[in-house]
Amino acid sequence: MGILVELFADYTLRNVALGSALLGMVSGALGCFAVLRRQGLLGDALAHAALPGICIAYLLTQTKAPIVLLLGAAAAGWIAAILLLQIVRHTRISEDSALGIVLSTFFAFGIVLLTFIAKRGSANQSGLDKFLFGQAAALVAEDVMTMAVLGGVALAIVALLYKEFKLLAFDAPFAASLGFNTDWLSVLLTSLIVVAVVIGLQTVGVVLMAALLVGPAVAARQWTNRLGVMVILAALFGALSGLVGALMSVSDEGIPTGPMVILSLTGIVLCSVFFAPERGLVWDAVRRRTQRAAWVE
Amino acid sequence: MGAVLAIILTGLLVATACALLGVFLVLRRMAMMADAISHAILPGLVAGYFLAQGPNLLAGFVGASLAAVATVALVEALQNTHRVGGESAIGVVFPAMFALGAFLVSKYFANVHLDTDAVLYGNIEFVAFDVLILNGLNLGPQSLWVMGALCVVNLLFVRLLFKELKLATFDPGLAAALGFSPALIHYGLMAMVSVTTVGAFTAVGAILVVAFMIVPAAAAYLLTDDLGRMIILAVLIGALSAVVGCFIAFALDASVAGAMAAMAGACFLLALLFSPAHGLVAKARRLRRQRLRLAMENLVVHLFNHEHQAYEEHEAEVAHLSSELRWQPRFARRIIRMARRAQLVRQVNGHLALTGAGREFARQASAHRDGEA
Repeated sequence: MGILVELFADYTLRNVALGSALLGMVSGALGCFAVLRRQGLLGDALAHAALPGICIAYLLTQTKAPIVLLLGAAAAGWIAAILLLQIVRHTRISEDSALGIVLSTFFAFGIVLLTFIAKRGSANQSGLDKFLFGQAAALVAEDVMTMAVLGGVALAIVALLYKEFKLLAFDAPFAASLGFNTDWLSVLLTSLIVVAVVIGLQTVGVVLMAALLVGPAVAARQWTNRLGVMVILAALFGALSGLVGALMSVSDEGIPTGPMVILSLTGIVLCSVFFAPERGLVWDAVRRRTQRAAWVE
Repeated sequence: MGAVLAIILTGLLVATACALLGVFLVLRRMAMMADAISHAILPGLVAGYFLAQGPNLLAGFVGASLAAVATVALVEALQNTHRVGGESAIGVVFPAMFALGAFLVSKYFANVHLDTDAVLYGNIEFVAFDVLILNGLNLGPQSLWVMGALCVVNLLFVRLLFKELKLATFDPGLAAALGFSPALIHYGLMAMVSVTTVGAFTAVGAILVVAFMIVPAAAAYLLTDDLGRMIILAVLIGALSAVVGCFIAFALDASVAGAMAAMAGACFLLALLFSPAHGLVAKARRLRRQRLRLAMENLVVHLFNHEHQAYEEHEAEVAHLSSELRWQPRFARRIIRMARRAQLVRQVNGHLALTGAGREFARQASAHRDGEA
């Protein structure tokens, strides 16, 4: 009980808890569609690609207002997504290589800009390096508000277009034959993933953001065969790991938030893969044993 | 040895060792697996350093290699449970390993030869100061020895197993039928990637090493269809990026490894746009030429079909053509100009008439189209 009281009394803790839970919810829900469309690693590329966007936004405006930096991140993420699509569509380079190319070169460019800014003696003051691994303790109420608005809009769009996204995830050619504009829907879904990534940058950082899209969806998938339940479960798992990870990192000064969130999430994924009813690997083994025993008799 | 020279040489060796393997990663669609390995060696490296109580090269190698093996095994085990899709398995395993490593670094190793910045983009700036000393003899920068050895090993790997790698990459079924084990080649390549990643880690960090592996190879893939040439081109592009990137970094006073990898990205972008066979510009031009040629064919065949018919003159009026063939007037004028320049049609009193060559062209085009139909 003590920690709950503390949670709402302490300004920092409240922001951290709300912010990371929000982030987990949004990325968990959106990640379901990405994972079902076999685009789980798209978020990885988009998150890495956001780094140069943040740096350029800072260099252009010389401010560290989150909204400006996040706009830069979103723009860079978008450019990366378009580039990725062009490479896959128009050349013989496989999607897998295209992801690796976009991810590593955008990140490299971001590192060049980041070190360039740092040598001018302003990176630490500007706090740009916190975008690498995230620093939940640095969240202020204004950031949480920005996250809530962006995430709220993204979730509202998912709720409104739930049927369309479901169709797109499971049978895109069928969706196209029904007259839905699947190109437009994919672009919208990718844009929503960019939004989720942008929300996560301050808390989890560019390097580990991808896991927050994939992990909750993979965990939730083990518990259900229904998309609606999966989306809600993924949102819950995401929120839980965000909360636990952020609180662990806040309690210890030197620990960045990203790794802690991902480690909590990994715990949830492992539990789900092993112990989820029906699909759990443990039950699988048990079933096999009883069957073998029955067969021997 | 001068610090600048040591940096450039290290960059060249890293680029060469990585590009040699990258070609096969790109062709075998394993780029993201390399990305996963490069992230996931971190906890092994940390554990190795921890047990050796310092940044011991050998301990780091052993720990990181074990972590790499564990990553490949974990990803494949997770995929084999059929509970998690292929790329999602990668997306679950490597962030977890990397997070574990980053946690250990920030908790126990903060500022002790391993900080999170070095993990991300390496310390190539300081390679000249980390010298190898054997029996009190100063043998020069340690990373030059490590990367040089890896270059030789990778070169031997690719040279000696060239046929096997080629076969297993392009036709794994045939390779298996002929008695080479594609699985052995697969794990051999994974092992080489792991060891190379570990070796390059000190210089360029865990994330940028993937850029050195994949990007020059992918650029080379856009420039040639020959495997041997692709390998040579990849190495050349990697080396060029390393040298140019190094000087750009010095000019900007920014991360050397980052600038090298970003230069590789620039090379890829150039290849993507301007490759003669696979570039976007060449492709767009080819498409445009085909469209114009097809339109000209349509025009000539249309005229040919209506030759010696009633309304022939009406059908051949320039104004009628654009509505008949549904062309914008500007496009129609352009196609007519093209056909006239090719001496297939000529203009007589405001309408078009075929020349002898035009008639022959139309006959051939119709026959060709009938043949296709």
